[in-house]
Amino acid sequence: MSAGILLARHAQNLLGALGALTRNPVGTFLTVSVIGIALALPAALHVLVQTGKSAAGNWDDMRDFSVYMAPATPLPRAETLARELRKRDGIDSVQLITAEAAVAEMGKDPVFANALAALEGNPLPHTLVVRPAAGMDGEQLGKLSAELQATPDVDLVKLDLQWVQRLNAILDFLARLGWIAAVLLGGAVLIIVGNTIRLDIQTRTEEIEVAKLLGATDSFVRRPFLYLGLWYGLFGSLLATLILAISLWLLGAPVARLATLYGSDLEMAGVGLETLAAVLGGGLLAGWSGAWLAVSRHLSGLRPRD
Amino acid sequence: MIRFENVSKRYDGAREALSNVSIEVAAGELAFLTGRSGAGKSTVLKLVALIERPTRGQVIVGGRPLARLGYRDVPAYRQQIGMVFQDNRLLNDRSAYENVALPLIISGTGEREIGRRTRAALDQVGLLDREKYPPRALSAGEQQRLSIARAIVSHPKVLIADEPTGNLDPDLSLEIMNLFRRLNEVGVTMLIASHDLPLVERFGSRRIVLSGGQVSGSESTAQTTGAGK
Ligand SMILES: Nc1ncnc2c1ncn2[C@@H]1O[C@H](COP(=O)(O)OP(=O)(O)O)[C@@H](O)[C@H]1O
Ligand SMILES: [Mg+2]
Repeated sequence: MSAGILLARHAQNLLGALGALTRNPVGTFLTVSVIGIALALPAALHVLVQTGKSAAGNWDDMRDFSVYMAPATPLPRAETLARELRKRDGIDSVQLITAEAAVAEMGKDPVFANALAALEGNPLPHTLVVRPAAGMDGEQLGKLSAELQATPDVDLVKLDLQWVQRLNAILDFLARLGWIAAVLLGGAVLIIVGNTIRLDIQTRTEEIEVAKLLGATDSFVRRPFLYLGLWYGLFGSLLATLILAISLWLLGAPVARLATLYGSDLEMAGVGLETLAAVLGGGLLAGWSGAWLAVSRHLSGLRPRD
Repeated sequence: MIRFENVSKRYDGAREALSNVSIEVAAGELAFLTGRSGAGKSTVLKLVALIERPTRGQVIVGGRPLARLGYRDVPAYRQQIGMVFQDNRLLNDRSAYENVALPLIISGTGEREIGRRTRAALDQVGLLDREKYPPRALSAGEQQRLSIARAIVSHPKVLIADEPTGNLDPDLSLEIMNLFRRLNEVGVTMLIASHDLPLVERFGSRRIVLSGGQVSGSESTAQTTGAGK
């Protein structure tokens, strides 16, 4: 068979399969919907995780420790400690906020100004703002925190990081959940397409049998159904993309509100090109393989046992 | 052209449908395969079409032992053989034209050639003016002619037909048989199974008589090719 004829044949099968879809619009719509939802779910989880990751990333420089010196610790002692800490490994910078500076800062606020004026002396301790080196994991940070806490004249160490760690753990969990969902739902799409095409085959058994008697190869019989599977996959992917876009749009407002609450510039992650490619590729692959399996099963039933 | 060498066929769990059958149909010959129902006529044709495989013995078509052809070789082999099936096997959701064109589409013939050959085949069986109709809109005789058109559209060297006049009245049966004879005159080797002995006897062609899965006679009342007008 010449390449030109083969190409023309493929084009006919491609359009013929599209025609077959439009002849049963309700069934097609149902199948495409299920595929779309099944593909959208893992993709949505992925986008959610990406959003969370960028949030956790934004808050990464809030990993500073606040080290409060014991009340009445003299300033030179605080300065010495600051100098010592700056020399240590695992510490990026140390900023000393003297009790006086802290009071002055607080005094700017009229609410506190009156209260402070009523007090005798300075109620605030000197504070060291310790920024650990980037890339320290939770365990290392915990150790550093404990060491700081054990330093003489240190009253209290505050670490604001724990919830970021928790968020990261949750995100890892969700990411893995996304993968599991992708595999399971990909399998589901394959089964759905396979079953839909099995039903299509059942309405065309006579045609298939006659074609085989007249010398059709298995691939000749398979081809129109493979295109059918690809169309299902394509339309399912497009629907999944639409579902994703609408969901993200709906989530945009609440996420923005959440962001202002935390004073962050958090934004919903977009549906990246990679995600779109994965949805499209997954849809096409599942559609194609589902069709392949369905036709192969049927053909092996027709095969003479010799 | 078609040669059976001591062929036996036993279907799963049944008694032998063919026992030690040896047949030869020469190139260009038209031979009838007769015998009553259950004699094994269809089985012979199925072995030629590679729809079934023999249990023992050799089937050789066009010099090729069919045992050498594996599953993947069957399509190309079938494309070279014209088949008229017992129950027509026409597709009713397609037009007469599309039914006849199907073997050409399967063998990957070019678009223009398909049009030319399909119309030529329809013309040969006198159905050119019916090309747009689905088979069910045609009479029984026309349907049978349509299935013959489909069998000859690829210009096969060998044509097999299983009870091609099975459900036709005598006049139509004669018309169909005359059609086969005209096709045979252009050199197509034919093996036609029919239990309609009176009809077959009107033609001079050789008759291979099967009985209980065995060849019980091979007789010829006249010449072998282009016989009995
Ligand atoms: N697929 C089959 N399975 C089992 N037995 C079969 C099958 N086809 C035919 N037979 C048996 O083989 C014998 C010959 O059948 P067949 O070739 O169809 O005869 P004919 O065409 O002369 O009527 C019969 O006894 C029939 O019952
Ligand atoms: Mg029969």
